[in-house]
Amino acid sequence: MNTVPKHISAATPSRSPVYALVGNPNCGKSTLFNALTGLKQKVGNYPGVTVERKIGTAYTQHGHPLTIIDLPGTYSLAARSPDEAVTRDVLLGRRADTAMPDRIVCVVDATNLERNLYLVHQILDLGRPVILVLNMMDVAEELGLRIHTSRLEHILGIPVISCAASSGRGVIELKLALSRLDLPLSRHAWDVPVAIAAAVSELQASLQDSDNKPPLIARAEALLLLTDSDRVRVAGSTPLSNRTHDILAQWEKRWSAESTDWAAELVNARYDSIGRLTAEIVSTESTSPIGPSTSDRIDSWVTHPVWGWLIFGVIMGAMFLSIFTLAGIPMGWIENLVGALSGRVSGLIAPGDFHDLVIDGAIAGVEGVIIFLPQIMILFLFIGLLESTGYMARAAFIMDRLMSKVGLNGRSFIPLLGSYACAIPGIMAARTIEQPKDRLVTILVAPFMSCSARLPVYLLLIAALVPNEQVPVGLKIGIMLLMYALGTFGAFGFAWFFKKTLLRSSPPLMIMELPPYRLPRIRDVLQQMIERAGIFVKRAGTIILGLSIVLWFLATYPKSSADLPQQEQLAHSFAGQAGHALEPVIAPLGFDWRIGIGLINSFAAREVFNSAMGVIFAVEDTGDEGTTRLHLRDALRAAERPDGTKLFTPLICLNLMVFYVFAMQCISTIAVVKRETNSWKWPLFQLGYMTGFAWTLCLIVYQVGHALGY
Amino acid sequence: MAELVTLSSLAVGASAVLREFPKQGVAFLRLREMGLLPGTTLTLVRTAPLGDPIEIKVRGYNLTLRKSEADHIRVELK
Repeated sequence: MNTVPKHISAATPSRSPVYALVGNPNCGKSTLFNALTGLKQKVGNYPGVTVERKIGTAYTQHGHPLTIIDLPGTYSLAARSPDEAVTRDVLLGRRADTAMPDRIVCVVDATNLERNLYLVHQILDLGRPVILVLNMMDVAEELGLRIHTSRLEHILGIPVISCAASSGRGVIELKLALSRLDLPLSRHAWDVPVAIAAAVSELQASLQDSDNKPPLIARAEALLLLTDSDRVRVAGSTPLSNRTHDILAQWEKRWSAESTDWAAELVNARYDSIGRLTAEIVSTESTSPIGPSTSDRIDSWVTHPVWGWLIFGVIMGAMFLSIFTLAGIPMGWIENLVGALSGRVSGLIAPGDFHDLVIDGAIAGVEGVIIFLPQIMILFLFIGLLESTGYMARAAFIMDRLMSKVGLNGRSFIPLLGSYACAIPGIMAARTIEQPKDRLVTILVAPFMSCSARLPVYLLLIAALVPNEQVPVGLKIGIMLLMYALGTFGAFGFAWFFKKTLLRSSPPLMIMELPPYRLPRIRDVLQQMIERAGIFVKRAGTIILGLSIVLWFLATYPKSSADLPQQEQLAHSFAGQAGHALEPVIAPLGFDWRIGIGLINSFAAREVFNSAMGVIFAVEDTGDEGTTRLHLRDALRAAERPDGTKLFTPLICLNLMVFYVFAMQCISTIAVVKRETNSWKWPLFQLGYMTGFAWTLCLIVYQVGHALGY
Repeated sequence: MAELVTLSSLAVGASAVLREFPKQGVAFLRLREMGLLPGTTLTLVRTAPLGDPIEIKVRGYNLTLRKSEADHIRVELK
């Protein structure tokens, strides 16, 4: 073995070894990661890409810490998405930000051995110590599959652990294997097909000489290039030398001329090798009837042309109602709690600027962050349950046709549905979409869905719009539904437009495994839910807090003399001045500076429009939402322009609603888009295009309406 | 050799052996890597309520793909 360079040899590493955890999607890898590391997990981002980096600490039986990197699940090292590219690049040592792991734990689903072993086959080529974990052995046994692990261990020459992560079986044995000071290298050998062998050697030589790769990695990478062609590149990955690329291009040209299907040769050779392996280690005690499995029977209902939609509707309805109404209960608690805290703190600090900063700036800002937690946690509870039971894949399966009409795939449905309650959890849910462009398009259009913060604004404006109580209630409901419909059409229209233009990509693939139904693993679901909440508070929360203090400052300073009424104070503040400054821009839409102040204040949350109007038109807050809204409605109806004409004509009310449907006016959404896309580019683009579209549309509505005499 | 038909034209419940597979395309490479090779036996389990995508059983697991991909895969009825 003199070709094995020192740093990848099986000898005892001087520091505690770093393990990479890899496996196919749905193989139970996350459950195993949680079982090994518990709560000792850190979630971050790989620099430059929107791929999550999960690192955990496990302990050996002697209490020494071990680092475990949980790499994104993949079926192959030939990457198709940024997530998969990260897995490939970390394993090949291509990322400068992540040292090449010393050892690899490969998790496979024992019920589905052949397909899972394809990835293992590629990983064994890397020439590093591997521990193979056969997960879901309990299910495999139930299916009558007998896997001879000791024989597999003998053939491959590496530790093979039989495991059932959901019940904890095999976790101790795995920890023992992880604790081993030395781990053997695999002695598994397979023949590279003759048709491509010369190319592999040439590429390997070039990778060793021009890219300074160690021999075994160079060979693995050479093989990979034949199926990967290095097409999916992500930031942070070291590029290959021109010489290697040239050699690859020359071979591809030559093979094309000879009509050699080089990728197929390689994949077939691997599957042949796997076939020989499984023939030796698996025996089927197939006494169980070959009839439909439980999953198949459930699926005949869940994907049924009638019942399937009904089940889908009930599940989505329950999820939506939970975030829309159920979340209101804990949100009320948060408001009360923060109110009580403000009262307490208020008594401790002398009135003045500092008092206001703490109470109205900082504490109110913190409330503005944690108020989102109930909705986020409930949505991720549902997503976790749907993912871990296997229903999520079915939902995507039945929705795919509809969503593909606008160029998206079935996975975009839940983020968009969630956005009717609030765009924050909706946008966070978009990370269940694999394809980066589809994910981005979904994030970009999600805020068009009318969220619950727009509801009070619609209610107020409809009340001000509809002349009197004799008007049938149906008209009010009709206008409300029209606003929801406008937002929905806007979202789908822009999704279609972006997929045709800016974020054009080949039609998204729908190559997806439908895993067997399983009971949800509550612990994993809860852990994911809390992790999401934590990430939101840490990453987006700090931005929201900062921006809301800025907004508070703008609405409060400069302070005019204390005896001025509140509306004068607001009018003279920076926000008030901005409202005035904005007037030339919004006058063509029929809005004046007072509405401008409302628009600016809405960035804190859209419903703040109502309270801003309350301050400007000096409406007393009665403490009861309904009564206050009635008073506010009367104030809006009475409001006049300097020339004595009414300010809130029906046309203006309608136009303002249209503006609220389309404009991006929410700092929390901006913050969360920044966090989810890992850059300021997309949230700023979103702010620009949504608000620009709203402005243009409102200009047309007002000018046409005005010309028609409304 | 029996007549070849496209995978998308298979009836629900029918089993077939995969025979011809496009060389080019990311989708087909991935399908290959997931175990759809010439000679592999598969069964069409169902189509989605709106007719697309389709679900097949191959190597003991269930996989969905769109008809636009299945149109290019030719199989031999069993």
